Amino acid sequence: MVSIGLIALAYGFFAGLGGERISANILLNNYYFLGMGLIGLFFVAVHAIAESGWQVSVQRIGEAMSTFIPVAGVLMLLFFAFGGLHSIYHWTHPEHMDEILLNKAPYLNVPFFYIRFFIYFIVWSLLAWYIRKSSRNLDSLNDISYFHKLRKFSAIFIVFYAISSVMSSWDWLMSIDAHWFSTLYGWYVFMSMLASGVAMIIIILYILKRNGYMTHINNEHIHDLGKYLFGFSIFWAYLWFSQYMLIWYANIPEETVYYSERMLHFKPLFIANAIVNLAFPLLLLMTRNSKRVFWSLIPVAVIVFIGHWIDLYQLIMPGAVGGEKAGIGFLEIGLTIGYVGLFFLVVFYSLTKAPLAPKNHPFYKESMDYHTNY
Amino acid sequence: MNKYITAYYLDEEKLLKGLKQVKTKGVRVADVLSPFPVHGIDKVLGLRRSRLTRVAFAGGAIGAIVGFGFQTWVFTSAYPINFGGKPFFAAPSFIPVTFETTVLFAAFSMVIAFFVVSKLGPGNKPVIHDERVTDDRFLVIVDIPENSSKEEINEIEKALHDAGAEGINYKA
Repeated sequence: MVSIGLIALAYGFFAGLGGERISANILLNNYYFLGMGLIGLFFVAVHAIAESGWQVSVQRIGEAMSTFIPVAGVLMLLFFAFGGLHSIYHWTHPEHMDEILLNKAPYLNVPFFYIRFFIYFIVWSLLAWYIRKSSRNLDSLNDISYFHKLRKFSAIFIVFYAISSVMSSWDWLMSIDAHWFSTLYGWYVFMSMLASGVAMIIIILYILKRNGYMTHINNEHIHDLGKYLFGFSIFWAYLWFSQYMLIWYANIPEETVYYSERMLHFKPLFIANAIVNLAFPLLLLMTRNSKRVFWSLIPVAVIVFIGHWIDLYQLIMPGAVGGEKAGIGFLEIGLTIGYVGLFFLVVFYSLTKAPLAPKNHPFYKESMDYHTNY
Repeated sequence: MNKYITAYYLDEEKLLKGLKQVKTKGVRVADVLSPFPVHGIDKVLGLRRSRLTRVAFAGGAIGAIVGFGFQTWVFTSAYPINFGGKPFFAAPSFIPVTFETTVLFAAFSMVIAFFVVSKLGPGNKPVIHDERVTDDRFLVIVDIPENSSKEEINEIEKALHDAGAEGINYKA
């Protein structure tokens, strides 16, 4: 699958699809799968702080997903260093500067951009490593002090991530349309990541179970993951609509230009994005039983996975490539498959490193006894 | 439901054990009143899942249609006003109100359905089997068929007593 991605990339270069389109695609997929890794870590950290019992059974998947963060960081650094920065962000070109961008220059300048980049990735990767290490030592050494360490690192991560997730979405996505801004943007992107990340956890869990692993997972755990997918999809739609309706109602040209670009050149995708990511999870996962069995949960998870890819496509392409040159072809699909392959390669390699059932975790028994009536 | 026996328990573990034991003797338990939800009791009693969710969905769907339809009627034909140059049929601005009516109708339909099903509401005399059910007691109710004899009733009472009930009352 990785080779398909490389072939697609090479095809993009030789078919003359334009540097902007290739760059935008790399950014799109890199950001999307970076988000998966971050959500894996977020998932573990938030439950460690809340001392929740049920998620201990699926904790290893979140930890394994977090191993993709440094990989995405290296790829993104290479991409920015070799021309990606200039081909996507027009604020990096001194000749395109105007008064608005000059006012933003104290934040949006290339050295500070790289400083932020390194801060995000170094802190994320280190905390991911510490959280993973604490969790594995807790299991292998059966020492309760690692449980407190796990909680401490999780708390640091949550605080740092609350700020860095919003700021990184400004840096890498919102600054594509450098003149435009939305105060809701960070949460919106984060919620998109969260919905697709939970979908990814469900897909990985399904693949593992299909191959005979994760036998300790029962319907109750799947039910809770289904609830997450259901709830976060609805909350994503709420934020999508909050942003859209306020801009639509106020009707200020400097704000509506963002949506007019998307509605003129990307109309089918724009509508599909809003409908697919709300309607499918809402209607298909509404009943209790559909959240508990894989045959109805997996199709929704795959739809959400594709749907939020389209969402990110909507965020990046109109600004970075423009309506005339953008499209969905072999480059887009092939590169995404390549990234899926790379992501699975990293995640499943990491999953082999530790036992899938953390038997020595203090909440393991609680997780196994877990039972809900509703 | 004219004649029935009530038996109370003080402990939920004993209650669950007792219910299982009574079940093996063929006593049909009509209902259990408890001050808090007891885990696993649905399975022992063989209760089906609540159908309240379907009422909620129907109520919500009606609410969405009513909310959206009402606004469409008001703003396009009954009393059209031009708000800042927006079209009269301005669908995005109807969504928040539609959402609210959906929630409102779903909630009210559930409350009304609950009152109707459990025969509560103004004018109805509440049935209180035991004052302390609202505090710390678990009450088991067993219906008795109309034409059952004294021996059959005694048998049920004995079964309940053997299953660890702390007190048994016969009500006609």
